[in-house]
Amino acid sequence: MPIPDHAVVLRGAGRRYGERAALRDVSLELATGSTLVIFGPNGAGKTTLLRMLATLLRPHAGEVRVLGRELPADGWAVRGRIGFLGHEPLLYRDLSGRENLRFHARLHGAPPARVEAVLEAVGMTSRADDPIAQLSRGMVQRLAVARTVLHEPELLLLDEPLANLDPAAAAQVQPLIGRASARTRVLTSHDPAGGLQGADLALGLKAGRVALLAPAASVTTAQIAELYA
Amino acid sequence: MRGTIAALLAKDMALELRTKESVPAMVLFSITTYVIFHFGLDRNAVSGDLASGVLWVTLLFAAILGINRLFVAEHEQGGFDGFLLAPVDRTALFVAKALGLFAFLCIVEVVAVPAFAVLLLGPSPAQALPGLLLVLVLANAGVAVTGTLVAALAIQTRARDLIGPLLALPLLVPVVLASARATTPLLQQGGAQALPGDWLAVLALYDLVFALIAYAVFDFLLED
Amino acid sequence: MTSAVALVFFYAPTDADQGIIQKIFYIHVPMAIVALCGFIAGGVFAVLHLRSGERRWDLRSYVTIHLSVVLAVGVLLTGSIWARASWGHWWVWDEPMLVVFLIIFLLYVTYWPLRFSIEDPERQSRYASVFAIMAGAFVPLCFGAVRMAQNLTHPQAGTMTTSGPASVTLTFLVSLAGVALLYTTLCTYELASKNATSKLRSLRRRLAGDDDFAAPARSAAPQLP
Repeated sequence: MPIPDHAVVLRGAGRRYGERAALRDVSLELATGSTLVIFGPNGAGKTTLLRMLATLLRPHAGEVRVLGRELPADGWAVRGRIGFLGHEPLLYRDLSGRENLRFHARLHGAPPARVEAVLEAVGMTSRADDPIAQLSRGMVQRLAVARTVLHEPELLLLDEPLANLDPAAAAQVQPLIGRASARTRVLTSHDPAGGLQGADLALGLKAGRVALLAPAASVTTAQIAELYA
Repeated sequence: MRGTIAALLAKDMALELRTKESVPAMVLFSITTYVIFHFGLDRNAVSGDLASGVLWVTLLFAAILGINRLFVAEHEQGGFDGFLLAPVDRTALFVAKALGLFAFLCIVEVVAVPAFAVLLLGPSPAQALPGLLLVLVLANAGVAVTGTLVAALAIQTRARDLIGPLLALPLLVPVVLASARATTPLLQQGGAQALPGDWLAVLALYDLVFALIAYAVFDFLLED
Repeated sequence: MTSAVALVFFYAPTDADQGIIQKIFYIHVPMAIVALCGFIAGGVFAVLHLRSGERRWDLRSYVTIHLSVVLAVGVLLTGSIWARASWGHWWVWDEPMLVVFLIIFLLYVTYWPLRFSIEDPERQSRYASVFAIMAGAFVPLCFGAVRMAQNLTHPQAGTMTTSGPASVTLTFLVSLAGVALLYTTLCTYELASKNATSKLRSLRRRLAGDDDFAAPARSAAPQLP
């Protein structure tokens, strides 16, 4: 599969909710292998943008290209190459971690061995057979991370990935979804300093519009704070 | 596609076995309804068209329970997102859910039909059994297809437990009509008569039409 | 246009001199035919909506279904009056037309709660279209099944035949044309009215600035962007 120069390209992308614009005129290019961090207050459109890139929402205006393919027409071609970690873990509460991951592996065509590998990687092998409902939020989040990387996606879309994780658990998932994973990443963050540090490109959204778009190294935390004003 | 359907079906069966949410309730509901019919109609035994009616109305309302719960896990636990993110044909979800509902209905009927024979049916059903099974299979198919479609419509609305039955009941009238007319001669007091072929044809036509429609429109219910 | 429709309506009853009961039929059957065509049209518009994604088809689907339901109520009422006059009961199960319309009415009446309970306008339109397609395909199936049931138990009796003296046929056709014209006129009117409202809204929105403009109240009617 050819690797495009830019994993994500947006030109004037927009998404409506009835009459209101949830996203308006968003344009950016993210080079393959880089990390984009998105800041913005609640309701600014961060989740909408992430879900649009995940092919869960269709763009209503403009051009959206993910991994070289145009959405929504070619969404089917990129779905298996994207890993999405949203607010919901997307795990069935009455099934165990192992059962959930096996199910997702079957949907994504990943070999069963991968299930054991990711369980090991997030440190959940010992509790893999307990129903999700019995696990703590941190454990559920770890399993959600496992689900996200199960099919070895090229592009990671992460909505506040370290929520509910204590420092030890956060460190454990870093090789999978952090900088060290060497994948193209788009993540949202409410932590200006930490978010900027781990990123190449920074995007600030306010009321659905681009308020700030610059290389992360050149952005100050003060500029980020202004978004929330 | 087949692999996806198998994976979805296996997951749903595992969930039902674990939670026992739908099938036991449907069975219990059926038996309770027979009791209510006994008191409501003030009859100890029914036969012919009355038997047919009681049986099908009960099965219909039990099916509504199953329809209401069909997509609840998907909706509440992120199952839709999880499925939509996978590189699979989206119609597989419809097929898997319809097959699952069909299976649930069959399992419920394994208990509910004998219970009906014991509690309320006058004539012995032994002779009627093969014909009855055929009607049940065709009717279950119709209920499964229409029910899955209605469940998918209703799950995204705010008043889903109300909208589901309101949509499903009128749509299932032809199924009830044809099934009842088909089983009436089977449950006659004097012994089972022949199975009327034209009502079976109506059922088959209904199943076919709605299956085709479902296949065509289901994708539109999932996408956003 | 509207005056022509009104004239047609008054012409029809005056021509029939078979008693007031039969006159109701000149309204009852045309209303039924037009309503059924309207429901099917609603389904066709819904297909066009899903295929093209353009909201105007959804608006057309909504309007045709809306008016067909109004006509359906008329069918049920006139049918009931006719039944009372003919057989002394306010309702008869023998008339396939009445029975089918009752079922169809109960089905289509859920169109509004369905639309109203989905807040996202895009999704509301899409789901409404799916419903319109299902229901549109259901109409002939239902008709066929009920008709078949009636034929087998009560051979067709007591229903008006379409063959008869020329004046009957003529009056019937004129009535049919009248109802059809009335229906299309009302459709056009309602479409125009909704289009105008949404254009006005979008103008106001542009004047006021997007962010300050309040979102419209939840509604079952399709909103054009």
